[in-house]
Amino acid sequence: MTYSKIFGMSILTLSVLISLGISSINTVHAQQVTINGAGATFPFPLIDTWRVEYQKVKPDVNINYASIGSGGGIQQFLAKTVDFGATDAPLSKSEFAKAVNPVHIPETLGSVVISYNVPELSSTPLKLSGPVLADIYLGKIKKWDDPQIKQLNPGVNLPSNPITVVHRSDGSGTTNVFTDYLSKVSPEWKSKVGTSKSVQWPVGVGAPGNEGVAASIGGSKYSIGYNELAYALQTKMNYASLQNKDGNFVTPSVNTTLAAAVAAAPTLPKGDQPWSNVSITNAPGKASYPISSFSYIILYKDLNANPSIDNQKAKAIVDFLSWAITDGQKFSEPLGYVPLPAAVVKTNQDTLGSLTFKGTPLLTK
Amino acid sequence: MDEKSRRLSVIKTIRSKSNESKFGDKFFKGLVIGCSIYTIAMVALVIYALSEGSLPIFLKEGFYFVIGTDWNPVEGSESFGALPYIIGTLVSSAIAMVIAVPISIGIAIFVNEMVKGRIGTLLSFIVELLAAVPSIVYGLWALFVFRFVILDYIEMPLYNALGDKLSIFGTAPFGLDVFTAGIVLAIMIIPIVSAISREVIRAVPDSQREAAYALGATRWEVVKTAILPYGKSGLLGASFLGLGRAIGETILVTMVIGNAVGMSAIPTSLFSPSQTLSSIIANEFNEASGALHLSALIGLGLVLFALTLLINVGAVFIVSRVTKSHSNLRD
Repeated sequence: MTYSKIFGMSILTLSVLISLGISSINTVHAQQVTINGAGATFPFPLIDTWRVEYQKVKPDVNINYASIGSGGGIQQFLAKTVDFGATDAPLSKSEFAKAVNPVHIPETLGSVVISYNVPELSSTPLKLSGPVLADIYLGKIKKWDDPQIKQLNPGVNLPSNPITVVHRSDGSGTTNVFTDYLSKVSPEWKSKVGTSKSVQWPVGVGAPGNEGVAASIGGSKYSIGYNELAYALQTKMNYASLQNKDGNFVTPSVNTTLAAAVAAAPTLPKGDQPWSNVSITNAPGKASYPISSFSYIILYKDLNANPSIDNQKAKAIVDFLSWAITDGQKFSEPLGYVPLPAAVVKTNQDTLGSLTFKGTPLLTK
Repeated sequence: MDEKSRRLSVIKTIRSKSNESKFGDKFFKGLVIGCSIYTIAMVALVIYALSEGSLPIFLKEGFYFVIGTDWNPVEGSESFGALPYIIGTLVSSAIAMVIAVPISIGIAIFVNEMVKGRIGTLLSFIVELLAAVPSIVYGLWALFVFRFVILDYIEMPLYNALGDKLSIFGTAPFGLDVFTAGIVLAIMIIPIVSAISREVIRAVPDSQREAAYALGATRWEVVKTAILPYGKSGLLGASFLGLGRAIGETILVTMVIGNAVGMSAIPTSLFSPSQTLSSIIANEFNEASGALHLSALIGLGLVLFALTLLINVGAVFIVSRVTKSHSNLRD
């Protein structure tokens, strides 16, 4: 017992001495900073690319990002155990109130594609409208040759097989965006089911993750489901073109998602205002793809609110994010992500400019 | 003098050794008591954590939480009921038991009674190899491969032939349903049930077999009249152990059960998707939005704990009754 006590004490002293030594070295020489973030899985490949690329720009800044899910990211952000959180859905009203002065920084964009497996539709892509999609997911449209689907796809020989509906079984930002869209285009969906990361699905089979949904659709004829755009592009799935608010049928792509964000940009709030109602699904505009969404980084407006952030780290976080929303955007498209439109970059820059540490602005122009 | 001191030293060593062993006894006793206290404390802590975490949902829903069928995590219109998942858990485990128990006991009888020796050892080795496969591997294999075998060769023919006559085959099959979950669960629990059954049957004294043979019994009659009745309680125990594993299994079930939510998770036929208590926790815990949703999921954990406890108590009760009636029979 006494031995272990002495041993423990000496380890403790040693580590204190070492850490003192390191910190004194740090203040003299290179300022090694580690920024810890956690949250959504959707932007993980992009943030991970930023981590690598930013090392080349600023070798003394390390970024750790744990993709534990949006919900976990918000919880850790509220508990102040991470330096920044990341979430696919903006903070809800109650979370916003709990956080006390948080800011939202949309860092990338994504969209949800409607994937399907109908052998008869191998040459011409399926066309769907929002209300028809909602009725399929409500279980009201049961067969592929339903008059409503036929009407949208003239001249296509649709089979009379039953539609197998596939959805995500795990709580997910993708489901949140998808159900948000269905709530906007179908009053019945809004009242019966609603918008959330997991909902009470009236019909269908649930599969875990993008991979699970893709496997379920790929393996079973006459099924329909939804996936992230980046995932669908990588795996070359069949996906439907959707009728947008202006009545055009739009194929999901980086450009059509960008169009939706451009159309929605003027309506966005300032970074420190509540974002709980922000949604760019069913956006206006000829080329806008209707199921699109931002993914957010969340910070405290005064970074000192998190006791583990000191002045130096606060500066490093703001510098990193300034880089990520400008130079960092060029890494989006190769990964299937959608770069931010200029207007949103401007909003973000204003937000970053308003961030402080103990009242002092962090961004020096 | 010399002799005396030698004797003295011998006595001393014995004494010190006995002292030492007294200390050893005490130490061992303390250690064992510590271990059992640790176990009990762990169970108590689990119950405490589950009760505390699920308190908000029981305050809101009351007993409806256990018998309700609604599951709506949408903020503002939250409502949670555990009944569909209790049913899903029981149905998928029941299917697994119906398939696994006869096969396992069959394997045990075959290995012990029919092919003693090398082939038997080899066969039981192969079966036990199944126990070493992690359940996620079963899950992936079932999702990507085995599901289609079940769909094409079992579910579709049954649906086509009997779908409109019998409602238990009445849902158009997709391969992700309680039936598939039950079959894959059965494959997962066969190794453990058959391994224990094998030991139980091996423990049946040869005098029992010899007595039956002496009366002119055939091999099947020996199994039926001597071996199975003698090993009844042990075989029941083996089955309940398998049931315990099937009820708690999470990741495998999540891959293949179809993960329906709320009312639609109550299976209306063998081929309808469902959800178990553990699979919905695994599905929704990470991204649970709102305190009530989280509390409801922890509440499901408590329900699962209670269900397992009930089944264990039931098992002990049944086993003790069986042994009693069995000993009466022998008297």
